[in-house]
Amino acid sequence: MRYRVGEAHSMGFQVFVPFSPWSWLLLLVALKCPEASSDLNESTNSTAQREPNVRFAAAGSESDEKISVFALDYDYVQIPYEVTLWILLASLAKIGFHLYHRLPGLMPESCLLIIVGALVGAIIFGTDHKSPPVMDSSIYFLYLLPPIVLEGGYFMPTRPFFENIGSILWWAGLGALINAFGIGLSLYLICQIKAFGLSDVNLLQNLLFGSLISAVDPVAVLAVFEEARVNEPLYMMIFGEALLNDGISVVLYNILIAFTKMHKFEDIEPVDILAGCARFIIVGVGGVFFGVIFGFISAFITRFTQNISAIEPLIVFMFSYLSYLAAETLYLSGILAITACAVTMKKYVEENVSQTSYTTIKYFMKMLSSVSETLIFIFMGVSTVGKNHEWNWAFICFTLVFCQIWRAISVFALFYVSNQFRTFPFSIKDQCIIFYSGVRGAGSFSLAFLLPLSLFPRKKMFVTATLVVIYFTVFIQGITIGPLVRYLDVKKTNKKESINEELHIRLMDHLKAGIEDVCGHWSHYQVRDKFKKFDHRYLRKILIRKNQPKSSIVSLYKKLEMKQAIEMVETGILSTAAFSVPCQAQRIHRIKRLSPEDVESMRDILTRNMYQVRQRTLSYNKYNLKPQTSEKQAKEILIRRQNTLRESMRKGHSLPWGKPAGTKHIRYLSFPYGHPQPAGRDTRVAELTDNDSSDSELPSIMFKAHSRAGILQERWLTQEIIPMKSLPRGGKPSHFGYQRNTSQEEHDGRGRREALRPKPLFHAVDEEFESGEESGEETSAIRSRWSGEHRPTRQHHRSHSPLLQRK
Amino acid sequence: MGSLGSHAARIPDADSIRRETGFSQASLLRLYHRFRALDRNKKGYLSRMDLQQIGALAVNPLGERIIDSFFPDGNLRLDFPGFVRVLAHFRPIDDEDPGIRDPKEPEPLNSRMNKLRFAFQLYDLDRDGKISRHEMLQVLRLMVGVQVTEEQLESIADRTVQEADEDGDGAVSFLEFTKSLEKMDIEQKMSIRILK
Repeated sequence: MRYRVGEAHSMGFQVFVPFSPWSWLLLLVALKCPEASSDLNESTNSTAQREPNVRFAAAGSESDEKISVFALDYDYVQIPYEVTLWILLASLAKIGFHLYHRLPGLMPESCLLIIVGALVGAIIFGTDHKSPPVMDSSIYFLYLLPPIVLEGGYFMPTRPFFENIGSILWWAGLGALINAFGIGLSLYLICQIKAFGLSDVNLLQNLLFGSLISAVDPVAVLAVFEEARVNEPLYMMIFGEALLNDGISVVLYNILIAFTKMHKFEDIEPVDILAGCARFIIVGVGGVFFGVIFGFISAFITRFTQNISAIEPLIVFMFSYLSYLAAETLYLSGILAITACAVTMKKYVEENVSQTSYTTIKYFMKMLSSVSETLIFIFMGVSTVGKNHEWNWAFICFTLVFCQIWRAISVFALFYVSNQFRTFPFSIKDQCIIFYSGVRGAGSFSLAFLLPLSLFPRKKMFVTATLVVIYFTVFIQGITIGPLVRYLDVKKTNKKESINEELHIRLMDHLKAGIEDVCGHWSHYQVRDKFKKFDHRYLRKILIRKNQPKSSIVSLYKKLEMKQAIEMVETGILSTAAFSVPCQAQRIHRIKRLSPEDVESMRDILTRNMYQVRQRTLSYNKYNLKPQTSEKQAKEILIRRQNTLRESMRKGHSLPWGKPAGTKHIRYLSFPYGHPQPAGRDTRVAELTDNDSSDSELPSIMFKAHSRAGILQERWLTQEIIPMKSLPRGGKPSHFGYQRNTSQEEHDGRGRREALRPKPLFHAVDEEFESGEESGEETSAIRSRWSGEHRPTRQHHRSHSPLLQRK
Repeated sequence: MGSLGSHAARIPDADSIRRETGFSQASLLRLYHRFRALDRNKKGYLSRMDLQQIGALAVNPLGERIIDSFFPDGNLRLDFPGFVRVLAHFRPIDDEDPGIRDPKEPEPLNSRMNKLRFAFQLYDLDRDGKISRHEMLQVLRLMVGVQVTEEQLESIADRTVQEADEDGDGAVSFLEFTKSLEKMDIEQKMSIRILK
């Protein structure tokens, strides 16, 4: 029975807003169970016999009470202590899990959590300890569920989601409904067979069971086949399904519970069914509506939090949570509300908050959802190892069978239909992967566990069946889906390739990724364009801070760049020698006889050190944030590029207008001191300008290691550009102006904020602009921080533009 | 998708481009939109800078070379036919009617040979038709992290050239290059699904 947050309580919640939800949880739990006595309570003191809340009462009544130097009072801390222990245990298990690096690719992490849960359950069962009742209806719906859903909504990549939204809604919505009703009806038919002894399970109960067992959690297996480079729409399908699935199941669950309570008999009138459907739609849409409103409000508020950036994460979390609670108050779908809030809020909040807040939000969100899920799984383990099971062979086996059958039916039927309307239809292979990734998770278990016993006399059977399905899908499907995907993907066997082939293969992968980036993302331009225009014209003006300095974000990355650049130079990695084009290219061509071990070691070196191809497809891991290796790699590439740029400029300055293939084009974004430009050359370089900024800790990063033979300045000013100096040409103002003007106009064309702030290190970034290329998600994390940074930085730049005409 | 149809008329020389590259009308339209989107100042052509502003290319180790391949022979401007011509190399190979092709017509741009030729030119910067050891070394340097020492790189480059070089001239010609990759599924590696 679902605990409804009444109005009085919602008032109470507002009072307690300053507390984190967790302390509130623990308090609540502690208050609910004042008398958690247990056999483990080894007290050597009489105080242990008393109830915890009497602990602080005056102890004067005991006549022979002495001050004891050492005493043990376990009752007082039992609940928080055990909860903390559980969480710690799960974290340790995760550490161990990831230490062996091949393990995450073999089985999903939820396997691990379940095992830990079962272990804890076994311990508790074995020691006959009464476990703290962490899980009851109100706690689950109020505290454990929101973080999980919030995390899913926040980390969802919006562009692919909205591109595929038709298919996702069709699949997730209808799929859940088909599965729920299909399984429910089939099980009802099975229950009618007298031989199985299930005739007391009526239709509604079966339907309810069907709805809760159809809640899948496929994201848990995403990590397993990540390396197989699942294509983006497929990824989005799985993600979208996970996201919407919880919401739909819970809505359905609640509607059916309401039905069950209303009609104890089987006579449900058609009016009720219609009302149910209408309710379903209203609940869903209403929830989303609430979420969007709250999202905008919180985005608006973050506009003003420059000076107190420490509360930014708080605002984000509190508003999301509030959207959930507000929707729940009105009997709307809180899950969809919180999801919509996260999606809406993310874009604007990310631009408004400081870098540290941004990181905090991400990590804290992962942490909260991780803790929630851990607790649920542990509780699942605790209930597994216990006496309250009811094993009914028929019901359980048929549940398993029907789950698979109905999922297959829904996948193939629904995708057959939606493929007719898609530009890039899903292949049968993709559909098989979607079918097989129907792994159940914590959601199903929670809903089963929270079935009201009064309405479901055979609740234990349901719980057992749910547990079996979860164990089966997570372990068997979770472990075998990796090999399955790899099998479906690989066209040839992995035989040893020669070094040649490896190199060429990697080159082609990079080439393909590059060309794909040139092609960009193709999607429905019209709608996206319209939304972008609307967004730029109205929403951004209201919701984004004015004069967004972005200083903290850019400065952090600049600092990192500089630090890394310094290190690289000092350790001699990027010394001039390494990069000098060997003029003595006519080395003596020695044909060495290489032993197989040498070849092996060469191959090893190559495989380990070659740059990874940029993952164009999304990468989402439910339990971790993406590691930073791709950023490191990107930095290396960019630094090195800057170097070679420098080198070739130095060598190439005497070349005429037409450049040889090796030279790069550089673009000057700002010329604080009016440096002359090489006449007529279409060169630009991205420099970081650190000018008269008030923010003194913003060093400009201009990698001048080569210019100064390894001596680096602490504060690098970009004004001086070595190649410029070495070039004998004088700058012609008109060309200068032309250069400037073009960059200027491009900047003005942005029409976005007029920040006077330093620009990113390497300008070659894509940006969002009105004609709609969404670059934010295309690029890696660095890039998203660096993008959109083309702002004119100096006032006196601007003064030039009206004067000079474009050619 | 239907709204894109009205723009079809705006593509200059659409028919000849289609014949040459084999793109479908819809793909050509999408490419045209992309071309226009990249061309920020509405110049009507793309310059190097426009391509350099594609963020992801900057962190691609071969980014500059890829951009260079769009500007053959030192051109500075990339017009739409040129843009499409390069991208046509990455069309998936049509499985249908391979035998009906007129042998007198030039090979389609997305044939295996042409794909390999495109990849070859990424190595062969001086366009002498051979990948010298030096060029191989340069590519290796681009693609490998900084931890690898110069000596290791040189020996790997040596070995690479040695493996492929058959006539002993110390460089890899195009035919040798093709031969070393004969077992590889080039068609799949160098095809982009959305470019049908």
